[in-house]
Amino acid sequence: MKVLVPIKRVIDYNVKVRVKADNSNVDLANVKMAINPFCEIAVEEAVRLKEAGIATEVIAVSIGSKSCQEQLRTALALGADRAIQIETDESLDSINVAKLLQKIVEEEQPQLVILGKQSIDSDNNQTGQMLAALTGMAQGTFASAISIDGDKVNVTREVDSGLQTIALNLPAIVTTDLRLNEPRYASLPNIMKAKRKPLVVKPAADFGIDLTARTNLIKVTPPAERKAGIIVKSIDELVEKLKNEAKVIS
Amino acid sequence: MSILVFAEHDNSELKADTLKTVAAAQAMGGEIHLLVAGHNCQAIAEAASKVNGVSKVLVADNAAYEHQLAENVSLLVTELAADYTHIIATALTTGKNFMPRVAALLDVTQISDIIAVESSDTFVRPIYAGNAIATVQSLDNKKVITVRSTGFDAVATDGNAEIVAVDQVTDAGISSYVSEKLSVSERPELGAASVIVSGGRGMQNGENFKLLDGIADKLGAAIGASRAAVDAGFVANDMQVGQTGKIVAPDLYIAVGISGAIQHLAGMKDSKVIVAINKDAEAPIFQVADYGLVADLFDALPELESKL
Repeated sequence: MKVLVPIKRVIDYNVKVRVKADNSNVDLANVKMAINPFCEIAVEEAVRLKEAGIATEVIAVSIGSKSCQEQLRTALALGADRAIQIETDESLDSINVAKLLQKIVEEEQPQLVILGKQSIDSDNNQTGQMLAALTGMAQGTFASAISIDGDKVNVTREVDSGLQTIALNLPAIVTTDLRLNEPRYASLPNIMKAKRKPLVVKPAADFGIDLTARTNLIKVTPPAERKAGIIVKSIDELVEKLKNEAKVIS
Repeated sequence: MSILVFAEHDNSELKADTLKTVAAAQAMGGEIHLLVAGHNCQAIAEAASKVNGVSKVLVADNAAYEHQLAENVSLLVTELAADYTHIIATALTTGKNFMPRVAALLDVTQISDIIAVESSDTFVRPIYAGNAIATVQSLDNKKVITVRSTGFDAVATDGNAEIVAVDQVTDAGISSYVSEKLSVSERPELGAASVIVSGGRGMQNGENFKLLDGIADKLGAAIGASRAAVDAGFVANDMQVGQTGKIVAPDLYIAVGISGAIQHLAGMKDSKVIVAINKDAEAPIFQVADYGLVADLFDALPELESKL
């Protein structure tokens, strides 16, 4: 089966973001960027399906400016076979991202699409579900285990109260939780090989989709600062403070 | 304008988060209807009819909705959406699962995880793991919104709404429930607890989490964990507090053996009082803690338990 893996270029997860002085957005100038951690897990899962002889081809796709080719090359180095970049300099709302991906799904006809459950920048947690709705496919979100079973895929999902397993008709959409797998590191030979793997660039405008913004970002501010706390010397002092100063225990 | 709020429940009880989500709906203004979708959920419907500020409870009681599969519930909500300007659910795993599907079927984008309401079309939400707060205006004709319940205070349960049955059955027939493995605990739920004691990698193993039991018992607290503790297999993943786990804001959060990575802080830094117990005086958790104790947790925990 063919597996499609949409990935996103985001700020590196270790970087503490700064809000711009004019409150227009966060400052991404000269900040380390990386493949979104959940997307990395999606790539890993697709590559494992290929290694298990289930997937025949793994295609990575990303939407963004030329710089996202870097993350597509990472996906290729991790084991994806080829890549597609949908080129746009705009920051798109999730529904428009899902519509562009829907076109790629129509072109490529994958049996399985694996996405990260959320990107660590916008923290929306929407794109996979939206793509499932637009393509009419079933969805297995927040997956911590998946297994292909004939014309179905069984997905174990992380839900509030524990784990839930559901069965989806293929083709289907899966979004990854952190515990699905442990992504591998790309080896130097694989990074070199990835440079020669095919990467096709398609301008977003060519898809004929109305990409008008659905949201207006009014302002971005830093979160409220917590006032500095104190270091207590002993458990006795801690208990005393919690009882009499903070009054959170009795 | 009129607002449809999806009631969060597990077929046995109406979750307190629903009361907070209704509070968010009230801040938007307009008539509020609650939708109870499930199976054998009449008791939930009655509980829902008591929620203050709700004028009507719609009950879709059918086997197709028993496990709230996204494919089926999203079709139901999309059909009902014709009569509403706002469709709202709690940002828990159920709402996060089906609501974006509803949004796409309605051809709108979703505003996720709001923590405040500025007006009927403008909302406040955290981005970048809570390190920035965005004010976003929705330009879509229908607003599809998920609510972070820690941002709102629960409404009272002294209402008396009319209960109306919804007859539509929307079974997409492309997915099915297989099984579930729920964590069983006598303790309060993480999302609802007023006190939470959390352990991290410093706990060293799952067995040592028992050191938190006595303290949790005395404080009536829930027990949480950092991702490091979950990944190391110390405890189940549904105990994880953080950007990708549960978002909590209790009165008191006690972090034990947790360094305080950005992703963990995203899940707990709105707690009223934060206590950190860590032997590393440089741990970032001390920067957000109201009270910090630099000590070996294996000495500190038994002593804390004995002194509560």
